Formats: sequence, structure tokens, C-alpha cells
Amino acid sequence: MLLKDLHGDTVANRLSEIDPEWVEKSDFMNVWIKPESLIDVCKFLMSDKDLVMDYLNAITAVDFIDHFDVIYQLTSTVTRKRIVVRSSLYGREELSIDSVTSLWSGANLQEREIWDLMGITFLGHPNMKRLLLWEGFEGHPLRKDFL
Amino acid sequence: MSIRTEPMTINIGPQHPSTHGVFRLRVTFDGEDIIEAEPILGYLHRGTEKLAEERNYVQIVTLTDRLDYTASMTNNQAYCLAVEKLLEVEAPLRAKYLRTMTAELQRIASHLIAVGFFLQELGTFGGTPLMYAFRARERILDMFEMLCGARITLSYMRPGGVFWDPPSEFWSSLDEFLKEFPSDLAEMEDLLLNNEILMVRTREVSPLSAEEAINNSVSGPVLRASGVKMDLRVMDPYDAYSMVDFDVPIGSIGDNYDRFWVRMQEVRQSLRIIEQCVDQIEPGDYRLDLPKVLRAPEGTESYGKVEAPKGELGFYLFSDGGISPYRMKIRSPSLINLSVIDRLLVGWKLADMIVSLGSIDINMGEVDR
Repeated sequence: MLLKDLHGDTVANRLSEIDPEWVEKSDFMNVWIKPESLIDVCKFLMSDKDLVMDYLNAITAVDFIDHFDVIYQLTSTVTRKRIVVRSSLYGREELSIDSVTSLWSGANLQEREIWDLMGITFLGHPNMKRLLLWEGFEGHPLRKDFL
Repeated sequence: MSIRTEPMTINIGPQHPSTHGVFRLRVTFDGEDIIEAEPILGYLHRGTEKLAEERNYVQIVTLTDRLDYTASMTNNQAYCLAVEKLLEVEAPLRAKYLRTMTAELQRIASHLIAVGFFLQELGTFGGTPLMYAFRARERILDMFEMLCGARITLSYMRPGGVFWDPPSEFWSSLDEFLKEFPSDLAEMEDLLLNNEILMVRTREVSPLSAEEAINNSVSGPVLRASGVKMDLRVMDPYDAYSMVDFDVPIGSIGDNYDRFWVRMQEVRQSLRIIEQCVDQIEPGDYRLDLPKVLRAPEGTESYGKVEAPKGELGFYLFSDGGISPYRMKIRSPSLINLSVIDRLLVGWKLADMIVSLGSIDINMGEVDR
């Protein structure tokens, strides 16, 4: 069965039906959700019968100077649908978002990598240490102001 | 009678010969049983994602070679597909076939390394299976040398196609390879697939259930060995994969043997794909005429993904309209497959440790980036 990329607006509409507070905006590919509702949204995406997002492809973060986007790419091994969920964190200091490690264990190393290179803390992560660089390294190299 | 034992923590690596690169594993043992395992990474971290922000789109191709250096071809392919998606262009048909063909040759080479070292780590005498595997891999590397002058860091693919049309000697060597390799492979299969010693050592050792594999975002042969039929070549066909016919072998319980078995079967399927490509390929353009310095519109993003030998390899690109990507993220299969390492090791013996590590087939160039 072929993979199907869901339109961001479709997912946004479905999420708004459950709770209008969750979604910030959406475009043809992404759904932006509020950082504080991340865990609730992910739990819904995992359990909803039309979606069953049981496979987390990747987590990424992008530095947009005034804010950071954390991007979750999800796939379903059951319904073979793919969606992209994003969350914007404003500011540059002491950024944090909830960890999804309790839902998808595959997030463990990737969240550590984002903390290491981008400086975003994941709350509730079992082992929030640097992954690639050594403890005591100053700064987060993938940030645009690092060099 | 039970003897009181004390837990003991041992560091394996970063210079240990069977850790597949500079990989360190901190393992706590109780006697011979593993009670805790933690991977420690970063010894080969070169900051590829940051380097990419300073180079133009074509120059980055050379950076991708150095990720999984046993499978540069598929790294090139994933990156080029991501750039093509970003620019909304498509490679010519001949280039698609050439890419599919070379990517499958690379898959054979990579799987041969994986299988060869897996057996080496089981303690096969004198490294015979490893030499069998390397003998075949050498022929593939010779063909790559004819294509692009390099054997490991290939940079054969470009956004919009491939670097060069294969010379005539490539086609004759490929024909020869396709004639002779199946019997070499059959010899290996005869020796190994039903080998009693191998079965005893690997059957039902370190099993990984399908649910655990999915929950840990594992991909590639490791996921398929657990019985999950996920293969991007079938689920999201890129290049010429929609035009060829092949099977996706899956294992049953995801033990060390299944992971080994799936790789051996995939080599057969890769041969089938290459044969079909050779039959179907027609003369034509091998590369689009794109400008030397590429620019994507501001604010566009793309995610290019391929089924690399080790799993799903993805490149996420975000463009700010400049000559280099604003952000390039590499979803490397080896790193994410490593997240199951403690599940595979805990509860098993010291003697199975390196074998289980070998069965995941990690490559440190890709783990650390």
C-alpha cells in the first residue's frame, strides 16, 4: 500500500473538531500546534482510528532567529498516512517543550541531539544529556548565532 | 547453589575493532549477563548539518558521501531527491534508471559488508565468509570506479540526474557480474543459511517484536526482520522503482538470524532489480541542464527520503532563497536503529553482545554525522 501525505489543513480541521485550542495554523504540508498541547495532540494522533500515527520518522528543529520550530514527522504503519506536526517556540533563552519519549521511544536519541545542537530542553525526557558533543561544551552549534 | 556476584561496568570502544567505527558502549555485567547498556556517541561528529549551511547545493553532494561511507550512492540519491523536490524538477528517465541500478549495486555492497562482518563477529574461522563477501564487493567497487573514478566517496549523483553516462566497459563488467555473482551468492547461501552452528548461535537471540520496533522508529532490514513490511521503495516509489518488480522479504521474530536472513534475501532482490533496469534502460539524457549555482524560492522546504541499505535515510531541506540551504537535517537510519540497542542486549550474554550489535549494522559516519 502506498504512503499518502495528508494535507496539513485536513489534519488541522480534524484536530480543531476535538479541541479548537490545539491548532495555531496550517498549510499544505504542516500543522502548527501550540507547544503546551503537544502531548495531548500526539496522544490523539496515536489513538484516532483514522490516523493511528504509531511511527515517528524524525524530529527536527529549525532556528528562525525570533523563534524555533520543532518538527515531528509521523507515519502510520496501519493506515499508511503521513503527517507533519510543528510547534513554534518563541525567544532564544531557556526554551523547552514536552518530551514525546513516553509515547515513541524512538524519540529518545533524537531529542537529546536537538538539545545538544539546538538548545531546546525536552521536559520529562529520561536522560536529557548532550548526545554528540561532550558535557561542558559551551553553546549549541546549529543555532544561527553560534559562529 | 548460587554465587553472589557484583555488577561490573565495562567500556567497549571507542577503539574496539568490532564496534564498526569509533563507537563506545558502556555495559554493566552481572557475571556474564548484561544488565545495562548505554551507547555513547559523537567521536566521529563532524557537523555535517552545519557545514551544509555554508556550501551551495551541488557542493553538499560531497558531504553526503561521508555519512554512511559503505553506501555513498544511496546518500547521494536521498540528497539529490530532496533538492529536486525543493526545486520542483525531475531527473530524466535514463538518469532514474542509472540511479536505481547504482543504488541497488550499492545495497548489495553494503549488505555484503554487513553479512560478512556479522559472521566474522560470530567467530568464523579465518574470516572466510568475510573474504567471500569482500571478493564480490570488490567487483562492485571496480564498477563504481569506472562510473566516476572513486570507489568509496562516489559523488556520482547530482541534483537533476547523474554526473556522467556510464562508459562502455561498465556495461560489459555489469553483464559479467550479473552472470557470475548469482552462483557466488548461491555458494554463500549454501554455506550459511542452514548452517547449524550459525543457527544455534543466532536463532532466538535478541528478538525484537514488531511493536517495539515500530515504537522505536527502527527502519530498514532491522524493522523488516521483525515482520513489518515497510519499504520506501514500494510504499513511496522514487526514481525507477515503480517500473521494476521485486519482493520485500520479511522475517518472523526479529532475532539475529532474521536480521541476517533478510539481508541475504535482499541481495537476491537487488539483483532482480538491476537485471530489469538493464533490460529497460534506453538512451537519452542523463542529467538536466540546471544552473551551476542552484537557488530555491524563499520559504520552501522538502523532505527527500530513500530506502538506504540501513533503513530510511531522509534529508530535510529548508531554503531562505540563498545559494545554500538554510537548514539541512539528516534523518540517519543508523542513529535511530541504535535506540533499540539496550533492548537487544539487556538479559543476554557477553558472547552475544557484539553479534547483536553487528546485526543492527550501524555505520558511525552516519550515526555521528
